[in-house]
Amino acid sequence: MISPETSPPRSSSQSPRSPSAAPFLSISVTDPVKLGNGVQAYISYRVITRTNLPEFQGPEKIVIRRYSDFVWLHDRLAEKYKGIFIPPLPEKSAVEKFRFSAEFIEMRRQALDIFINRIASHPELKQSEDLRTFLQEDEETMERARSQETGIFKKPADLIQIFKDVQTKVSDVVLGKEKPVEETDPDYEKLKHYIFGLEDHLAETQKQAFRLVKRHKELGQSLSDFGKAIKLLGACEGNSLGKVFSELGAKSELLSIKLQKEAHNLLMNFEEPLKDYVRAVQSIKVTFADRANAFRQHCELAETTKLKEINLDKLNLMRSDKVREAEMEYRELKAESEQATRRFETIVRLMNEEIVRFQEQKTADMGLAFHQFAKGQAKLANDIADAWRSVLPKIEACTVSSQHG
Amino acid sequence: MEAVPVAGDRRGILSAVPAALNGGDPLLHPPPAPDSPPLPSSPGALDPDAIFSLFDPSENGGDDGDDGGDAPVSPRGSDAPSRSARSSASEYSRITVSDPQKEQETTSSLVPGSGFYVTYLITTRFVSGSGGGLAEIRVRRRFKDVVALADRLSEAYRGYFVPQRPDKSVVEGQVMHKHEFVEQRRSAIEKYLNRLAAHPVIGTSDELRVFLRMPVNSPSPSTEVASRTSDGVEALSKQVSGETRGRNVAVATQGVVQPAKGRRDFMRMFRELKQSVTNDWGGVKPLVVEEDKEFLEKKGELQDLEQQLTTASKQAEALVKAKQDIGDTMGELGLTFVKLAKFEMENAAYHSQRSRAAEIKHFATAALRTSRFYRESNAQTVKHLDTLHEYLGLMLAVHSAFSDRSTALLTVQTLTSDLSSLHAREEKLEASSLRFGGDKSKIHRIEELKETIRNTEDAKICAIKDYECIKENNKNELERLDRERHEDFLVMLKGFVSNQVIYAEKIANVWANVAEETKGYTSQSK
Repeated sequence: MISPETSPPRSSSQSPRSPSAAPFLSISVTDPVKLGNGVQAYISYRVITRTNLPEFQGPEKIVIRRYSDFVWLHDRLAEKYKGIFIPPLPEKSAVEKFRFSAEFIEMRRQALDIFINRIASHPELKQSEDLRTFLQEDEETMERARSQETGIFKKPADLIQIFKDVQTKVSDVVLGKEKPVEETDPDYEKLKHYIFGLEDHLAETQKQAFRLVKRHKELGQSLSDFGKAIKLLGACEGNSLGKVFSELGAKSELLSIKLQKEAHNLLMNFEEPLKDYVRAVQSIKVTFADRANAFRQHCELAETTKLKEINLDKLNLMRSDKVREAEMEYRELKAESEQATRRFETIVRLMNEEIVRFQEQKTADMGLAFHQFAKGQAKLANDIADAWRSVLPKIEACTVSSQHG
Repeated sequence: MEAVPVAGDRRGILSAVPAALNGGDPLLHPPPAPDSPPLPSSPGALDPDAIFSLFDPSENGGDDGDDGGDAPVSPRGSDAPSRSARSSASEYSRITVSDPQKEQETTSSLVPGSGFYVTYLITTRFVSGSGGGLAEIRVRRRFKDVVALADRLSEAYRGYFVPQRPDKSVVEGQVMHKHEFVEQRRSAIEKYLNRLAAHPVIGTSDELRVFLRMPVNSPSPSTEVASRTSDGVEALSKQVSGETRGRNVAVATQGVVQPAKGRRDFMRMFRELKQSVTNDWGGVKPLVVEEDKEFLEKKGELQDLEQQLTTASKQAEALVKAKQDIGDTMGELGLTFVKLAKFEMENAAYHSQRSRAAEIKHFATAALRTSRFYRESNAQTVKHLDTLHEYLGLMLAVHSAFSDRSTALLTVQTLTSDLSSLHAREEKLEASSLRFGGDKSKIHRIEELKETIRNTEDAKICAIKDYECIKENNKNELERLDRERHEDFLVMLKGFVSNQVIYAEKIANVWANVAEETKGYTSQSK
């Protein structure tokens, strides 16, 4: 749970309910439960909201949510808060039989918990009405809201936008303007280059991290098999040497278990954060697309407005009776153009803030991931050293006795 | 045992072939392939050549020094198995096989593409005081000579656990890269000769001595022989002729083993051959009745041991591979993070980025160090657990010794049954000559039969002696096997466990440091 300690502290006048306490909003996603049957089976989670903010219905609220509810929230935020890097969601599962494995469920639960808390600690996103809906409404209301948004049937506005985009592309091609209009800001170029490169590097690290998890599991299995074989071999030896073998085998099996544990730790606390990092970078790429769209719209509208203005001037000079109409059209268009420009500029401003947040957040996340990794590996190595060390005196005793005997 | 300095030997045998000597012959010169992915030299990373200085648990990193005879030392950079420094009667301290050379077959061959064979330089170091004043001797031998030696030994030392020689394995053209094949064979011959030398009886045998010391009568200019060998040969032949025989444990039996063979006739040989083919490890046909209960019990125990050794040997290999894999992946992980750190640094526009790049670099360095530790540890684990493979290989020698025994017993039993049928014939003939009167031919036949019976009785006496001798050899070898196995397994276990402890501690240390450096990040989230 992330409490908003990283954001600047609010004045106490904003929380009349408990004027002395700092405002907080903390959420936990817990208790995954499998519901439904067969193909329609799914996992539901308990989402517990604890807060002292006035916008919420009370100090604690518990609702039941499923993965698609989270998707709904994500998509709503992505629509409304262009320019902000929306916290990423864990992926849908591709492999059917993996969907209900304990590991997968736990990974998803953890990722959803992180997701919702990141929203709750983001200065803009935490004020979203959709967030409040998500955290407080009953399941029926949620389901209704969800079924409106997801699926093939999109909102009319979306459809219009899609058509517009297609139209623009077609006209561009027709007019020979194959290359879409793009910003030429060198800093922005650098940022884009950085983000794309970063995704590649991170994907590599995540791949290796996943492999390392697998290796731990394999080594664990191997040690277990080895331990068993050594025990059986010891049975052939008898007496003190046999006991040493038996001890060795037992330690092998013990360490095998520890390795499996560490594999799990690595998966949850090292590989997942790396995956999360990759997702975050992909979310930034979505914002790039939004910005590009906004820029294009701003450019096109500005151009169209310009043309309209020239036309209007022409009509004015000619003292045409179409002037009135033209002027109205011109004013409408100008308003739209200004709006588009504002939208674009908002995105640019937000992005600049977001990038700073992103870098800081990621340094913290990676630092923590490294720490977890190091702690786990150190503990594992110490356990290994301890286990083997305990066998040495028995070997010594056996050696001494055989020298005397 | 001496420690052999090993810088650069980490790549193993490839470095043993001096390129200059063979003029870059593809057969003998290693192909120019990189054997490991190049690692960036990260500051603070361990020097790979410091591997072996970390072996002894009592020392704290440091030297390649001689640990003396009591610590379990595995010879470094070599293929010899990890054995306890057992006091051996052998005069040889170390045998090395090196410098494979191609030589022309002197006789013309019908098979196209052949006409060449490979010889190996065999260097024998002597325990100080023996060897007739020589420090070492070098001879050139080809694989055929090794096979001949093995055949001689298996004939002369029946009942002993004679180490098995390397396979002949006919190699088909392009199946194995020639250099690999020669290298494998060189290594196998080396292991084989050292095993022979380590055997208390065979190590002091004439057959081995001749093999290791006699110069080859070959006009080939590449034959290398120590310059003092001409004197050595004289000394050697004096030794061979008599005085050092006393060192052989079972010298009396050596003489006995021969005569029984000479007395066998062809028919009996064929029958016995047929019989011993049907006698396998588990199912002994009723004709050879082994009555020694103690032996049968021991045999059962060894069967069990062999089974467990097989499994343990297999699992040991799997374990080594798993450790190698985890070390490799840790290394790959480190490399990808090095690249990431570099990328972040190059594109750093924010302070948080720079500090992240630094964290990433520290982490990557730790991962690379850990990867090296895994590799070093594993290199030694391989040697320790090799003892399992060695003893599994020894089971073949045990099989062979036991089959010597059953073959000898078969001979005794065959002769016994021959005798009884001969006696029966004799009785019949004598009875018929009494009844029907003796004529010259019948009397002659009875005389012949009596002669045959006498010969057969002599043969049987020899066969029994032979069998008893082999039984004795079996017994002694079994005792030796138990004793040495106990010692060797202890050495193996101690070496394996100590190694695991040392490296686990090192790895724990690396990560404890990283955990300490990054502990500030825990207070910030979740």
